[in-house]
Amino acid sequence: MSATIAPARAPSRRRHRPARRRALIAWAFMLPLIAINALVVLGPSVSALYFSLTDWSGLGSARWIGLDNYLELASDPEFLGAVWHNILWTAFFLVVPMAMGLFGAFALTRIRRFRLLFRVAYFVPYIMATVVTAAVWKNLLSPQLGIGKVLGINALGSTSLALPAVAIVNNWAWWGFLVVVFLAAMQDVNPNLYEAAALDGAGAFGQFWHITLPSIRPTFMFLGLMTIIWSFLSFDYVYILTQGGPAGATDVLSTLLYRDAFTSLRAGYASAIGVVMAAISGIVVLTYLVVRKRKGWAI
Amino acid sequence: MTATMINRDPLARPAGRLEPSRRGTGRDAGPFVYVLLCLLLLFALGPFVIFVFSALKSQSELATSPLSFPHEIHWSNFVSAWQQANMGAGLVNSVIVVAGTVAGVCVIAGCAAYAMARLNLPGANTYITYLLVTGSVPTQMFLVPLFYLWTRLNLYDSLFGLIVIYWGLFSPFATLLLRSFMLAIPRELDEAARIDGAGEIRLLFRVILPLSAPGFLTIALVSALSAYNEFLIAVTFIQNGALLPVSTTFFGFQEGYTQNYPLIGAAGLIMALPMLLLFLALQRRFIDGVSSSGLAGI
Repeated sequence: MSATIAPARAPSRRRHRPARRRALIAWAFMLPLIAINALVVLGPSVSALYFSLTDWSGLGSARWIGLDNYLELASDPEFLGAVWHNILWTAFFLVVPMAMGLFGAFALTRIRRFRLLFRVAYFVPYIMATVVTAAVWKNLLSPQLGIGKVLGINALGSTSLALPAVAIVNNWAWWGFLVVVFLAAMQDVNPNLYEAAALDGAGAFGQFWHITLPSIRPTFMFLGLMTIIWSFLSFDYVYILTQGGPAGATDVLSTLLYRDAFTSLRAGYASAIGVVMAAISGIVVLTYLVVRKRKGWAI
Repeated sequence: MTATMINRDPLARPAGRLEPSRRGTGRDAGPFVYVLLCLLLLFALGPFVIFVFSALKSQSELATSPLSFPHEIHWSNFVSAWQQANMGAGLVNSVIVVAGTVAGVCVIAGCAAYAMARLNLPGANTYITYLLVTGSVPTQMFLVPLFYLWTRLNLYDSLFGLIVIYWGLFSPFATLLLRSFMLAIPRELDEAARIDGAGEIRLLFRVILPLSAPGFLTIALVSALSAYNEFLIAVTFIQNGALLPVSTTFFGFQEGYTQNYPLIGAAGLIMALPMLLLFLALQRRFIDGVSSSGLAGI
């Protein structure tokens, strides 16, 4: 045995050394990414877990208080209100932009002319900075100018209308993205399927329902999943347009976290809100993965 | 909701497959569909057009007829907005931030993607999982500790500190996208170059980089757009008025003493114009890049 191994060892070792060197080189190429990621994302995320269990103000030392922050969250009306607003927000974004995106994309697959033009035009709001989009709509919704004056309402100043108004503004900048992504998925659908469905007498809606929607289900599911996650993280438009007001009518988890961290100086409590937000994303993804496995979906 | 930086493993979908093809479903739909599409067009562009109109009006004209085409065009609004909102300084800071972000992301993600796609990195799948997980941790979760870490490291209130955060946030997605580009380059090319005696570095610069140039262009565009438009990190980490990037410069102007909507409109257009022009010039690559960042891998 040993006689057969011994001569084989020398060449394999010679081949081994460059392999190990190459692994080291590969590692060296990975290093900047891992280092930056650890510094910016991983380290602060782990310390957020720790600080969420303390009464840290952001300055000075932190005192361990166990789960007190989480217990306080469970009975904090501001927090519960924010969670409710996020749930309403999610419902809105699962319905309105998804419907507009699906309709827009499907209609674009049905026309021959101007398809590119429509696609570009729909996408323009998406590339606008949130601050610019907010300015566009502040102008429009202002009670002295624009639509606000015509309709005689102050949408952003009303406790009942502010949240839908902010959601509509956010949707303006969002749905074009969905059109583009759905359109890309729909263009991969085999055209023969439509012809077969048409022969079976399916109209445009029937073809959409029986052919398009099942064919693009991976994209549809993924965007639905992302919509839920992003809805719970939404910050920019609320912060810029209303700062959570009037009277907390548009407060969402992000704006609450921001206020607790940087105005009320309750960094520990804010960290707990951040952990809850991450947990919600995690739960959504895990639920999806479990359902996917049960149903045997590929994606 | 902005979706520019969502991570999915871009294994399966090579970028460029999203281009609209001529083959559609064949027959042309009736005029009714065009009417509905035009209504959506009105929703997409109408508010922006009204914004452009308002930027060209006088304040008194805006008050009396807010929605109409400007009666008399006030180009001087742009001059006043430029000066009063300090847009010049904001744009300079943004150019620095965007250039630093794009250069860093290309280097960091380029190296990592090269290691993952071409160097037989041991445990490459573990790294992919790691990038997917850390890439989907919400910024809000680590915002507070990051803020206090940055004040300790003297990176708070510095453009470099802002750029480093953008590197951390944008590199994971860029890596995964570039990796899929580099995986598509035939292995035989490496072997041929190695037989000719090329080392890793030469291989990288002579073979891999030129062939994955479209991938780099895509991640550069997506990172540039994200860095230029980004708000949450910028408003949190830069306080010094002389260092504000254009997004928070404009935000400050909008929030500030002025309720002069024509000037706000002009300043907003000044901010939007660079990205709008870049988008219109490179719209196909933009759309491919941004939408593949949303669902690459499906």
